[in-house]
Amino acid sequence: MNPQHTTPAATETTETPTTETAPLIPLPLNTARTLTTTGALLSAASTFLSWTWTTRFPGNLTVNGYPGGLQLLTLTGALLTLAYTLTTWNTPGLRWLNPTGSHNATALLATATLATTWYTLIAIAVQLGGLANLEPGGYAAALTTLLTLLGTLALPLDRHTHDTTPDTSRPGTTTRTRALARTALRTIRPGRPHQQPPPPRPLPPWAEILIITAAFGLALGIVTYGIGTAYGELFTGFLLLAGLSTAALARAGLLSRLTALTAKHRTPTVTAAFIAAALFPLTQDTDQYTLIAVNILIFSTVALGLNVVVGLAGLLDLGYVAFLGVGAYTAALVSGTTASTLDIRFPFWAAVLTGAAASLVFGVVIGAPTLRLRGDYLAIVTLGFGEIFRITAGNLNGESGPSLTNGPNGIPNIPDLALFGYSFGETHHLGSITLNPFANYYLLMLLFTVIVVLVFSRAGNSRIGRAWIAIREDETAATAMGINGFRLKLLAFALGATLAGLAGTVQAHVAYTVVPEQYVFAGPVPPNSAFLLAAVILGGMGTISGPLLGAALLYLIPAKLQFLQDYQLLAFGAALILLMRFRPEGLIPNRRRQLEFHDGTTTGSTLTHAEATTP
Amino acid sequence: MTTTAAPADAPAPVLTATGVTMRFGGLTAVRDVDLTVQQNEIVGLIGPNGAGKTTFFNCLTGLYVPTEGTVAYKGDTLPPKPHLVTKAGIARTFQNIRLFANMTVLENVLVGRHTRTKEGLFSALLRGPAFRHAEKASEERAMQLLEFTGLATKRDHLARNLPYGEQRKLEIARALASDPGLLLLDEPTAGMNPQETRATEALVHAIRAQGTAVLVIEHDMRFIFALCDRVAVLVQGEKLTEGTSDAVQADERVIAAYLGTPFEGAPGEEEAAEVAAAEARTSEEGDER
Repeated sequence: MNPQHTTPAATETTETPTTETAPLIPLPLNTARTLTTTGALLSAASTFLSWTWTTRFPGNLTVNGYPGGLQLLTLTGALLTLAYTLTTWNTPGLRWLNPTGSHNATALLATATLATTWYTLIAIAVQLGGLANLEPGGYAAALTTLLTLLGTLALPLDRHTHDTTPDTSRPGTTTRTRALARTALRTIRPGRPHQQPPPPRPLPPWAEILIITAAFGLALGIVTYGIGTAYGELFTGFLLLAGLSTAALARAGLLSRLTALTAKHRTPTVTAAFIAAALFPLTQDTDQYTLIAVNILIFSTVALGLNVVVGLAGLLDLGYVAFLGVGAYTAALVSGTTASTLDIRFPFWAAVLTGAAASLVFGVVIGAPTLRLRGDYLAIVTLGFGEIFRITAGNLNGESGPSLTNGPNGIPNIPDLALFGYSFGETHHLGSITLNPFANYYLLMLLFTVIVVLVFSRAGNSRIGRAWIAIREDETAATAMGINGFRLKLLAFALGATLAGLAGTVQAHVAYTVVPEQYVFAGPVPPNSAFLLAAVILGGMGTISGPLLGAALLYLIPAKLQFLQDYQLLAFGAALILLMRFRPEGLIPNRRRQLEFHDGTTTGSTLTHAEATTP
Repeated sequence: MTTTAAPADAPAPVLTATGVTMRFGGLTAVRDVDLTVQQNEIVGLIGPNGAGKTTFFNCLTGLYVPTEGTVAYKGDTLPPKPHLVTKAGIARTFQNIRLFANMTVLENVLVGRHTRTKEGLFSALLRGPAFRHAEKASEERAMQLLEFTGLATKRDHLARNLPYGEQRKLEIARALASDPGLLLLDEPTAGMNPQETRATEALVHAIRAQGTAVLVIEHDMRFIFALCDRVAVLVQGEKLTEGTSDAVQADERVIAAYLGTPFEGAPGEEEAAEVAAAEARTSEEGDER
C-alpha cells in the first residue's frame, strides 16, 4: 500500500475508513498504462470493422470503414477511456477531465465500453441465432475491450479495505459465505473519494458561464440521442454507456466541479437548462419523439409537484395522480368539445386557472380530513382517495350517477389549444424553424415545468419550506417551535395538488382524450401514482433534478424496450430494490440525504451554504 | 408579543398555573398544582421519578389539556395548542433531544424563528424585497443566538453530527429563537459530565440576564440548588412544598419523599454494629495497601 494515498480518517466517525490503492492485477504501472492505452486504441479501431455479415441486425454493423449504430457507442466509450488514461499520464491539456486523478474513472469507462460492446455482440448472437453470425471484427472488439478493462484493473484503484478479513468467528457456513461475499463485493466497490478534488483554477465568470452552457448543450445532445434511439438494442447500449460514464465522471470529480459552478451561477444555470430543453424540438424532424418528450415533461412536472408533498413535507401520498386527473377532467369539460357535458369553451388561460383551482379545492377537501393522520395511515387513506376519484369518474355517466364525465368512455375529441391566434394543432414555420403540433405543446409544457421548478425551489428555500422540512423531521418538535403542523401540511398538500392540476390541463389537450383509466394507482403506462412516487424516490427526494431524471428514465425505458412489456412491473420492482440497497438516497442525492445514509464514509460532515440552500 | 412588553408598574408573573389537575382515566397524574414564575426568575421543579413533573410540563406547553385548572402567561390564559403556546411566548426543550437531525445548525435555529416571522408562501414565491429583508433579519438573529450559545462555527453542520452537549445547547438556541418570555427546560443536564453541567448553569444564568425567566425540571440536585431562586417539589402529582433552595433541602417531607421515612427504632443496634464492622474492615484493607 502506498502510504501517500492513504488519507487520515475523518474525525467524529466511528469507523475509520481507509482506501487502498494497490492494483487488482499485479503489473508494473507503466505496463498497465501501456496495456490500457493500446487496448483503448484497438477497441476504437475495431469499430471500423464489420461486426456481423447481415443487415438483419438493426443499425448496419456490416460495413468496413466507418462505424454505425451500436459501434458508435463502443467508439465513444473507447475514446473516453483513452482520454482518461492519458489524463493519468499527466498529458497537458487533459488534466481538467480528471480533477481527482482517480484511476477508478478509467476503470469505469473501460467497464462501460466492455458492457456496451459485449451487450451488442451477445444481442447479435441471440437475435441472429448463434456466434457464427459474428465477423472477425466483432471478436476483435470483444477481445480489445476486455484487454482494456484488464489493463485498467492493473492500475492503482481506490478500494475499500477496512474490515476485509472475513469474519469467520461466527460459526455456520452461511455466515462465512456471506462474509466472503461481502469481502469480494468490497474489493470491487471503490472507496468513497476521501480527498475532495483540488479547488479549480479561478476562471473569469464569463468562462464559467460558458462551461455551464457547454455542459447543458452536451446534455441536450445526449438526451436527444437517447430519446431518438430508433430500436431497443441501441437504447440499452446507450443506457449502459451513459450510466457508467456518468458514474466515471462523478468519480473523476468532474461532476462535483460542475455542481459547484452551477450553485455559484444559479440564474445562468436555470436559463441554460431552459434554453437547452427548448432547443429539443428543433432537433427533431418528426412528431414521433416530440410526443415522447411532451409526455416525459408532463410526467416529470407532476413528479416534481409530488416532491413538494413527499420530499419536503414528508407526507406519503399514494393517490397523487388523482390531482392530475382533476386538472385534466376540468380542462376537458371547459374545452368546448362536443363530448363535454358542459357547453362552454374557456380560453386556455382560464381553463388552466380553472383546472388548477379545481385541483386545489380537491386537494384541500381530501387533505383536511386525512392530514390529521400520520405515516402509514395517511398513505393508505390517500391511496383510497385516489381510487375513489377514478371510480367516481367512471360512474358519473348519467346512469349510475349524475351525468358529468361520460363514465368509462371519458371525454374524447378535445380540441387543440389556441393562444392569441396561435393554433397548437398546426405546424408552424418561423423562418427556417419548423414547429409541429407536439413541438408546440412541448414548448408550452416546458413553460409549465419551469414554473413548477421555480415554485419548488423558492418555496423549499423559505420560511415555509423550512417548516415543511421540520415537520418531516419531527412533527412534535416542529409544533413546539410554533409551527401549526396541520395548516402547513395542508398547504403542502394543496400546493402539490395545484401543480399537478396545472400539468393536467395540458395533458388533456396533448392526449386529446381523458378517460378514468389513465389515473390508476399502478399500471403499465406512467404517470400513475406508483410510478410518480418511484420517479421521486429513484431520482432523489427533495431535489429538483432528481424527479426530472427519474421520470425521464421511467418513461423512456418502457417506451423503448418493448420486449419488457410483460415483465415491466417485475423489472421495475427489482430495480427499486437494488436501488434501495445500494443507493438509498436516489440517483441524484440531496446532499442532506447523502449525509444521512452514508454518514462517516463521506468526506465532509458539513454542508456548504450553497448546498444547504439548493434543494 | 415581545419580551419587553412588561408593564413597568405592575410586573405580572410570567407564568401562573392555578389548580392544574390532569387525570388519565382513573389515574390522577397531577393534582391541583399551583405554580408561579416571576419575571427574571429561575424556578426549579423537582420530584422523584413518576411524580408527574413531565405531565405538568406538558400541561404548561399545551401538549395536554389540563382536566381542571388554568395556565396563564403574563395574565392571559394560554390556548391548549403547542404552537399557540410558543407563539404566546413560552418556549421549551425536550427531555430526550428532539432536534431536526437532518437540518443544519443554522436551519434549526431559523425554524425556531417561525412564529416571529410572517412571510407566507406567496411572498416566498415572489421573492420581493420584504421577503429578502425578513430572511436576512432572521439569519442575523439566528447567528446572534449561535454566537450566544457558542455554536457559531458549526452553523453548517448537520444537527445529527454535533456532539451530545452541543445538541443540548442547540436545542436551547432553537427555543430562544422564538424570543420567549419564559423558557422551559426539561432535564437540560441529563447525560452531561460535571464540566458540561457547569457550562449549562452559566448558560441559564446568561439567559436570565437577557430577561427571560426559566423553569427547569431536573434530577441533578446540585445543579438545581445552585441554579434556582426558588424550587418547587412535586410528589405523587401534588406540590409538596415550595421555597428557596435551603428551605427545600432542609424540609423533612422532601427528604422523606426521596429517601423514605425511617421505620420505628431504625437503624437498630444490630444493623448499626454490622455497618460499623464492615466499615472498619474496609478501612483496614485500605491501610494495608
